Amino acid sequence: MSWVWSHLDLIWSSTLAHVALCVPAIVLGFAVSVPLGYWASRSAGARGVLLTLGNILYTIPGIALVVLVPVVLGLPILNPVNVTIALLVYAVAIMVRSAADAFASVSADVRGSARAQGFSGPQLFWRVELPLAGPVLLAGVRVVSVSTISLATVAALVGIPSLGGFFTDGFQRSFLTEIITGLVAVLLLAAVFDVAIGLIGRALMPWNRRQRLSSAAAASFTIPVPQTGGR
Amino acid sequence: MGIEFRHVRKTYPDGTTAVEDFSVTIPSRSTTVFVGSSGCGKTTLLRMINRMVDPTEGQILIDDEEISGIEPVALRRRIGYVMQNSGLLPHRTVVDNVATVPVLTGTPKAKARQEALGLLDRVGLDRSLANRYPGQLSGGQQQRVGVARGLAADPNILLMDEPFGAVDPIVRDELQQELLRLQRELGKTTVFVTHDIDEAFLLGQQVVILQRGGVIAQIGSPQEILANPASDFVADFVGAKRGKRRLTAEEQGAGDDVLLVDAAGYPAGVISAPDGRLALSNSGPLSRSVSNKTDQAGDA
Repeated sequence: MSWVWSHLDLIWSSTLAHVALCVPAIVLGFAVSVPLGYWASRSAGARGVLLTLGNILYTIPGIALVVLVPVVLGLPILNPVNVTIALLVYAVAIMVRSAADAFASVSADVRGSARAQGFSGPQLFWRVELPLAGPVLLAGVRVVSVSTISLATVAALVGIPSLGGFFTDGFQRSFLTEIITGLVAVLLLAAVFDVAIGLIGRALMPWNRRQRLSSAAAASFTIPVPQTGGR
Repeated sequence: MGIEFRHVRKTYPDGTTAVEDFSVTIPSRSTTVFVGSSGCGKTTLLRMINRMVDPTEGQILIDDEEISGIEPVALRRRIGYVMQNSGLLPHRTVVDNVATVPVLTGTPKAKARQEALGLLDRVGLDRSLANRYPGQLSGGQQQRVGVARGLAADPNILLMDEPFGAVDPIVRDELQQELLRLQRELGKTTVFVTHDIDEAFLLGQQVVILQRGGVIAQIGSPQEILANPASDFVADFVGAKRGKRRLTAEEQGAGDDVLLVDAAGYPAGVISAPDGRLALSNSGPLSRSVSNKTDQAGDA
């Protein structure tokens, strides 16, 4: 433990570096996946192509992608952007499927009724479909967040600072404390992100929270709850 | 005036014909009911009025204006629409759901909400429900919110697609009575779709009985249809053939009421008969002062 206390500075700076690699990948991954997922939910052809592409991208080994990105984009090998781009590729590969499922989960009844009230196409997307896809999108972002934080440790293999540095350094020196420190830090960071994303979701989707509460309360009193329009 | 269908036809790209050749005039400020079994095209016809579905051939006119020339989104905002399972937005509170169309057309939110509260009163909902989400309401309450939303922009036309199809019979009775009351108060041009002939006869001033492909089996007032079914299909559909509507009085018991039974011998209602003389209606068949739905069968 004394090693941990004497290296708090290093742990903190590695954590910040790790966060700096991950956050843009998660945010951009979300931003790219939402329109792609929406497209996939509207057209069976697009769905087939996009999801297959996602699967193929996801099978590329992490280390290969981190090495490949600078070659393809012509960036210097030690640029952290390489890692973020590689993480972005994986994030999109996972998130497109979630986003497609999220938009497919929006009840056709609700969508049809909203159209009948006079929502225009863009209004329907921003005010009805996107918010209603929210819970499934949120679940997707949580998976992406955890997977991105764990994947970002490969940055250490190409000499870019991250929490992965504790693994490579610890292995080279056969120093278990350092490896465990890295492991715990990654787990803690992933947990913090997960809680933060959950809180953002609760703040943005109060209807989802209350509905769940009410059905849970009703279930505990065994009062029959009338079903909503959504099926 | 009113809504006019002129030789409307709807064929889908896969070759199925939903509506063959449909012409009907729906008078203003009264309720017309399209009634028929599933597959008769009644919902398709309803959805043509707000251009959710466009006809392949023929014209639809609202107050003598052809609607194919009206931009669909603008048209829908001036036509109230209520559907089965309410179709409320689950992520918006009750009051925001009711205020949907006014907000879409640019009414300031605070004003739209204020007016929405008045509409909750109008459809018999307590204002304390205003900030709940639809998922926290009963089915009947949701349908009331749906009706309030349909009325929010004060449209001249109200389209109702089996709005009471998914609620239990007692709640349905209540909602039907509410709708009759609203109709008396507001006088909207209402087009109502249902598969329930009792509901059609209760709510409709004009009833259009549809067969497969939007073919009109009979059109008329409930009285006309019950008294003179145009075909075996209609007679069967309204239940006259099975004797459901032909009532006979059972022998009188101790009180003043006489039990009425249908041709199969099932009790259908009572009629008051002081001193053995059957009471005669003095309010006319349209008053619906008797809550038992079989009251109209007195004509048969």
